[in-house]
Amino acid sequence: MINRLWKRLTAHIDRPLLGFILLLMLIGLLVLYSATDRDLGKTTSQMANMVVALAFMWGVANVPPQHIARLALPMYAVGLLLLVGVALFGDISHGARRWLHVGVTRIQPSEIMKLAVPLMLAWYLDKREKTLNLKDYGVAVVLLAAPVGLIVKQPDLGTALLISASGFYVLFLAGLGWRIILGLAAAFAVSAPILWSLLHDYQRQRILTLLDPTQDPLGAGYHIIQSSIALGSGGIFGKGWFNGTQAHLDFLPERTTDFIFAVFAEEFGMAGNLILLVLYLLVIGRGLIIAAKAPTLFSRLLAGSITLTLFTYAFVNMGMVSGILPVVGVPLPLISYGGTSMVTLLLGFGMLMSIQTHRKLVQS
Amino acid sequence: MSRPTELRDSQKELYYFRWRLGVAAVGIVLLFTLLVGRFFFLQVIQHEYFHTLAENNRITIVPIVPNRGLILDRNGVVLAHNYSAYTLEITSSKVKDLDATINDLATLVDIQPRDRKRFKKLLEESRNFESLPIRARLNDVEVARFTANRYRFPGVEIKARLFRHYPKGELASHAIGHIGRINDADLEMLEESDDMANYRGTDHIGKLGVEQSYEKELHGITGFEQVETDAGGHALRVLSRRAPVSGDNLTLSLDSRLQEIAEKAFGQYRGAMVAIDPNNGEVLAFVSKPGFDPNLFIDGIDPTSWDALNNSIDKPLNNRALRGQYPPGSTFKPFMALAGLELGKRTPSYTISDPGYFMLAGNSHHYRDWKQGGHGSVDLKKSITVSCDTYYYGLANDLGPDNIYNFIGQFGFGKKTGIDIEGETTGLLPSREWKMKRYKQKWYAGDTVSVGIGQGYNLATPLQLAFAVSILANRGVVVRPHLVRSIQDSATSQVKTVPAKPDAAVALKPESLELVKEAMIGVTQPGGTAASVGANAPYLIAAKTGTAQVVAIKQNEKYVASRIAERHRDHALFIAYAPADNPKIAMAVLVENGGHGGSTAGPIARQVMDYYLLGKVPPAPVSETPDAVEEEHD
Repeated sequence: MINRLWKRLTAHIDRPLLGFILLLMLIGLLVLYSATDRDLGKTTSQMANMVVALAFMWGVANVPPQHIARLALPMYAVGLLLLVGVALFGDISHGARRWLHVGVTRIQPSEIMKLAVPLMLAWYLDKREKTLNLKDYGVAVVLLAAPVGLIVKQPDLGTALLISASGFYVLFLAGLGWRIILGLAAAFAVSAPILWSLLHDYQRQRILTLLDPTQDPLGAGYHIIQSSIALGSGGIFGKGWFNGTQAHLDFLPERTTDFIFAVFAEEFGMAGNLILLVLYLLVIGRGLIIAAKAPTLFSRLLAGSITLTLFTYAFVNMGMVSGILPVVGVPLPLISYGGTSMVTLLLGFGMLMSIQTHRKLVQS
Repeated sequence: MSRPTELRDSQKELYYFRWRLGVAAVGIVLLFTLLVGRFFFLQVIQHEYFHTLAENNRITIVPIVPNRGLILDRNGVVLAHNYSAYTLEITSSKVKDLDATINDLATLVDIQPRDRKRFKKLLEESRNFESLPIRARLNDVEVARFTANRYRFPGVEIKARLFRHYPKGELASHAIGHIGRINDADLEMLEESDDMANYRGTDHIGKLGVEQSYEKELHGITGFEQVETDAGGHALRVLSRRAPVSGDNLTLSLDSRLQEIAEKAFGQYRGAMVAIDPNNGEVLAFVSKPGFDPNLFIDGIDPTSWDALNNSIDKPLNNRALRGQYPPGSTFKPFMALAGLELGKRTPSYTISDPGYFMLAGNSHHYRDWKQGGHGSVDLKKSITVSCDTYYYGLANDLGPDNIYNFIGQFGFGKKTGIDIEGETTGLLPSREWKMKRYKQKWYAGDTVSVGIGQGYNLATPLQLAFAVSILANRGVVVRPHLVRSIQDSATSQVKTVPAKPDAAVALKPESLELVKEAMIGVTQPGGTAASVGANAPYLIAAKTGTAQVVAIKQNEKYVASRIAERHRDHALFIAYAPADNPKIAMAVLVENGGHGGSTAGPIARQVMDYYLLGKVPPAPVSETPDAVEEEHD
């Protein structure tokens, strides 16, 4: 009886994927406990975030992909509307509009778009599968550009780039011609000076800071200088749990969120970093296998895009902390402190599991 | 089943998809390899270098806090400035036994129990690694004594800091606002707006008033020094330096002399007054009485002073001018009169015979005029001059709620005025939709009748009233009120004037404006409700008195001020602009529990106008106490 119930409950959980996720979460909690100077309260609250996010994941995993597909259009439309709402009525705090008040709480609609954009594009291209032509790609590009444009306006360049990436992955996996991709890249390169002139001062500053961190030692440059010291001084095997001087002597800013990787790298060294990279590779690998085996174009594109986007987050965060990418506010997936990003992330994993575990049902 | 070609297509498609996935996988591996390379470079090749850096992470970046911009009044009188003084500060994380350290310090410098309390409070609110002041403004002897004993106190240091000071104390405190120590909410906001870097080293931020709304301009750009320190954290030499850029200076439109006269004129009364130059929206005086001393808040207010301010029955922290919502009472009538004229519901000569009450058709309820027995025959001009309620009960009923809402709304009632400080309330101009939403009830004819004389659901802030009067004085042209007149860039010394461009206009016929103006002049002439206010004035004053009920009076009761507890007495209201033919100043005065508008609020307005228009300074104030005065209502 209990056995059967258990089977029912776990029928749509992908065990290998869940295993890798839990391992990464465990590492996240260990690092957070150290980064907060053994603050049990914050660590527990992160644990609560994880439990909530896992519940969401389980919920989505039980929804068949074809039902998820039906959510694409409404979710995208609502997200877009909210973004327009932000542009018109959003909270301005010192020049940036990112939040929208809804009743008692306020929300950041760009978070919805992180899932809604790949969903929408995958759904659209799937719908046009039989006759897929250049015009369809054009429409898809417009569907991608609309939210991205609104997010760039806020301005939140980091999120805009990440959402562009998730949309681009869908197009890429759907078979967008190489010539077009090269053309887009060339167009981007040509328009770079124009884009540069459209950037806000602080955004330009961040890119310049990357080239020469000493230019801005109080702001982003300080982050890069201090996190490089943290990584470098960690050496091969690290200083040990709780022994990171950079973290504990308060040299590291944002050490529970965007820069938590620096704490990890200082305390667990290159060896720890490699373990982390391997775990991410395992999650990504599993995601790619799920995508490769997925039965419909929609599920294939969605699974592929979610997986590649996860990779992008991990790569951008670690690249930023180790000083090869500009400082954009991207959390390290499954490790950084924060509830919203955790939920968004695990909703994505839930979709992967749904695609994997409903496979046979669709085929039969 | 599907046709073979299609089957092959989907086979081909799957093949392509997997091929693309493969390309992506290669990309992933390559990029992760790049990361591994970077890790190898930092953690293996450069390990020694970074290890040394971390070991003596002694090259510290010391932010240099910029001078906060000054706040001046329109004549250059300083309202907020900075001075340098020494503070004694403790970094609690570097101190083993905090209480023992403070006790030891107390033998060298004077540390009062309230300093300890304040320090404890700051400690609770702060992150543990910042240094916090235990004593501010040390004198030279104390500085010398501590310096000689410094070796005994690791983690304690003397710092030269800039202090904000408001030399005029309470004066205009509700407009200027104050700064205070940065708290968690401020931090969150700074983080969101990417200003954290610029606030490294800054402990204070604008909390209220102009100090808050012009924070960006006032703060300036933080400079820094790269300093090499010894093992004890003491600076050895400066490696590089970028000078800070001071904040911009603000010149307010307030006239501090005028403000002072206005605040004094209130005597012991509570209330608010806003005076605006109707031509350009410049706020000349912004009074909310009682005020508070903003200097108390700068370094965290001590609990005793806080309790005194916060628990006072007079609510000195409440910004009455900006946030206090009162029924506009009869000051609403000139706007109603304009609505009647413009919408064709009344002509100048239309006359009623006032029995002293108004009744709706088919209802026996008496809507009473303030004057028993009524005002006799009343036309539009007289209705304003003697403030006839019956006239407006009928007019409101003829106009209906929608017309009132749409027309009066043009004068800014029920909306924020858009003044350049935060926290404004909207007041309330009731509509059918509003009542349905708020009370789930439909609108009754009786609601319209009370709205007509500014009672019922009507609410307005003194600022809104002054704004409405300024629109009236400016013949319908709407200019947003603002407190900051110009901003001086500290780097270039260039002065940028805040533009005063009209952003809307209420369409009004010149005849209607003239008639209402004449009627409002009549208010301050013999026979008007505020005749004494206009007595011997060498310029014409257009005005209207008003009274806002604090407690309801029953149908058959008469309002007698002396029988009612002081705090239940009516609020007195007075709106005015002058000179009536070429308005230079428009204002609204509210005196809480002041009774009749003409006798308490009016004289305040007169003193302000006399100073602003004639340069006349009132004689030393006779201390006025709100004692019982029995006199006619409104």
